[in-house]
Amino acid sequence: MANVVRHRFFWPLLMLVVLLASNLIFTPDFFAVDVRQGHLYGSLVDIVRFGAPLILVSLGMTLVIATGGIDLSVGSVVAICGALACLRISELGDQNSVVGVLMAVGLALGLALLLGAWNGLLVAQVGIQPIIATLILMVAGRGLAQLITDGQIITVNSSPYKLIGGGYWLTVPFSILVALLVFGLALLLTRRTALGLLIESVGGNAEASRLAGIHARRIIFTGYVFAAFCAGVAGLMISSNVSSADGNNAGLWIELDAILAVVIGGTSLAGGRFSLGGTVLGALIIQTLTTTIYTIGIPPETTLLFKALVVTVVCLLQSPAFRAKVFGRRRKPPLPQPDREQPTKVEVPA
Amino acid sequence: METSGEARAILTMTGIGKRFPGVRALDEVDFRLFPGEVHALMGENGAGKSTLIKVLTGVYDVDEGDIVLDGAPVRFTGPLQAQQAGVSTVYQEVNLCANLSVAENIHIGREPRRFGAIQWGELRRRSRHLLDGLGLDVDVSAPLGSLSLAVQQMVAIARAIDISAKVLILDEPTSSLDAGEVGQLFRVMRQLKGEGMAILFVSHFLDQVYEISDRMTVLRNGRRVGEYATRELSQLDLVSAMIGKELAALEELEEQPRRSLAALERDRPVVEAAGLGRNGAVAPFSLTIHRGEVVGLAGLLGSGRTEVARLLFGADRADAGALKVDGEPVNMRGPRTAMARDIAFCSENRRTEGLVAELTVRENIILALQAARGWSRPLPRRRQDELVDRYVKALRIVPANPEALVGQLSGGNQQKVLLARWLITEPRLLILDEPTRGIDVGAKAEIQRLVVTLSDGGMAVLFISAELEEVLRLSHKIAVLRDRRMVDELANDDEVTAERIMAIIASGNGTAPPEAPPGPHGPDVVVLGEEA
Repeated sequence: MANVVRHRFFWPLLMLVVLLASNLIFTPDFFAVDVRQGHLYGSLVDIVRFGAPLILVSLGMTLVIATGGIDLSVGSVVAICGALACLRISELGDQNSVVGVLMAVGLALGLALLLGAWNGLLVAQVGIQPIIATLILMVAGRGLAQLITDGQIITVNSSPYKLIGGGYWLTVPFSILVALLVFGLALLLTRRTALGLLIESVGGNAEASRLAGIHARRIIFTGYVFAAFCAGVAGLMISSNVSSADGNNAGLWIELDAILAVVIGGTSLAGGRFSLGGTVLGALIIQTLTTTIYTIGIPPETTLLFKALVVTVVCLLQSPAFRAKVFGRRRKPPLPQPDREQPTKVEVPA
Repeated sequence: METSGEARAILTMTGIGKRFPGVRALDEVDFRLFPGEVHALMGENGAGKSTLIKVLTGVYDVDEGDIVLDGAPVRFTGPLQAQQAGVSTVYQEVNLCANLSVAENIHIGREPRRFGAIQWGELRRRSRHLLDGLGLDVDVSAPLGSLSLAVQQMVAIARAIDISAKVLILDEPTSSLDAGEVGQLFRVMRQLKGEGMAILFVSHFLDQVYEISDRMTVLRNGRRVGEYATRELSQLDLVSAMIGKELAALEELEEQPRRSLAALERDRPVVEAAGLGRNGAVAPFSLTIHRGEVVGLAGLLGSGRTEVARLLFGADRADAGALKVDGEPVNMRGPRTAMARDIAFCSENRRTEGLVAELTVRENIILALQAARGWSRPLPRRRQDELVDRYVKALRIVPANPEALVGQLSGGNQQKVLLARWLITEPRLLILDEPTRGIDVGAKAEIQRLVVTLSDGGMAVLFISAELEEVLRLSHKIAVLRDRRMVDELANDDEVTAERIMAIIASGNGTAPPEAPPGPHGPDVVVLGEEA
């Protein structure tokens, strides 16, 4: 039992389960999942499906934060990529042309890589503080997105494009598959190669890493490119789901949710050790919270306040220092012996 | 400027003792300071200079002893109180606000006010007057950060003396100044001295100490070695007083059957530096390190030892000279270039430049090898465990748990982890910068033995240490640095003694002065022995 409690995913998982369970009170069939017309249906499926863009953005954010940086521009990249893809598709003679859609998607993702390279250049090469460097694109990117959409909301009517964010493949929502694929690839790249170790080393101590022969700058650069790529895919998903691109509101404040997801997932904002699995859990917690707010019918004017309160509770429960203060004393008397070990070992970040 | 004798000391500290957990930082230290003198406080790193200053200015509490300022016993509870009583300190790092103007910096917290509003005109007028008095022509409205470091330092001094200082403490004020700026600072110091100010001066630059100071007090290992008139103490005597200890014991060093330098030099050179240098770091130097050879770098702190190492490893880029590895010219562009040529570097700053505290022992050990392989070719876990296990055992790293976080290990074990990181890369030149600093005696001996073993196995080692005995014991050849310049290189044969190296450090002269006898019992040195 003690081992289970000490596992770094214990607290985020507990949080997720509690949030999900609280929905049962209001919606008794909340956990029901069934197949209708060959499609997977249910509230749980919806949470993952609508959470997919946030999961993607958070995965990219995790690696950037692990290098000791932060990327505020992901929301703008979401808007830009959605806008560019929709613009290209709207210009197609036949919006259902698979080749045309693929080219639009490729172009949008190419631009995302370029934007990531811009961030990476400013941070790794020029040496601007990450929060400032990415703030530039965060603000300017919104303008860029509006420039692409000409200040309008571009609507498209393309069934191949609709697949990305709103379609199904083998009964499973396509966006879930995309998120899973990126998660799997990221996990493979960081944990099956030495990339994860090198990222953690750079985030932990950049100068020591340089003197150990690590291309610290290159690693940091790659982090921003990956984050922008993930944001680009998320942008395609969001615009595809509603078949339109809104330069103003697509991905608005998603960077903040992503940062929150990373932190809830147990990655320190100071950089270093990171956990992609934790981040996915964090993103799911946030999405579940959003869904919960709708299902239990919180009045719209208080949703932000409610969300803030829950997030505060989640963060406090995550903090070992807080737990030790509040629960530590109560747990001591009944089990003095095993508890004696706890203060030293519980220190491991949740 | 005769000061002693007739004049009354403005500051007397007697029997000062200060303990930290496990360390006796100051032990029965006496110190006197007279008005109108520049008094140098000398000692190696960790001798207790800073502690003494901090005890005086109330940063630390005094455990034992008395401080008398201007005839009255004092015991300050903080720097502010000390300042109000007339003891002002200007630190190495100018701790003023770079973004505020000169005038604001001088008067911060004590602005002239009328009805609560700051009188800016009066503020500037007073500042200008004050700086004029020091012979400085500075725009008092300019932001402090726009001025040279020397001028910033003098603004700090102006601020200090404006708060009615009787005693001015200058802690390493010249370490970031160039020669011209030092001259400027000294001019101001002489002027203040002429006005009767008592100045306590701390510097690692011997030449500067001899240029500006009237008297000096030497500390070693928290004890006072002596108080001297600068004119009467030769640089050689000063250096031996600072380094001191075990001078006689050096003679008893165990004889090691080591290969002679001549034999080593027949072997091929691993690294040849010719006129390698970097502006502001170290003057161009030439150094050849052969296979199996241990080259020691001797010199005081800040003499450029680390800078030499960093240039050879490519941690900093040289802006002069040429470097050859295995006879091939190398453009040393960074650590990776050096690593590709089997050069390894253990930095003296384990925490900031060596280890990644939040990674495990295993991860820290394989880091350099993994970096060399690139991210796409991870070292197989079995191989990692094998290597780590072998070195944890060989170097006796405690705890012998490869998954322990390195930040939780003791200093000596951290040093061993850092060593292990480089040893598994199988370097041909190993650069060790202060590998034994701050670690316990046992670990120290182990690391020294390791150096001998490695060099016997054919590895070239550049060994840097502030401890002269250690350098003497391990090196085949010793290069001596002084004031960021390599002043001599000598084969470590029976002729070489600690005194001879001290003489070189002191005089900056390649040839030992004639009055320094070859034996260890030179009269100069014995006279200066601890309580002699």
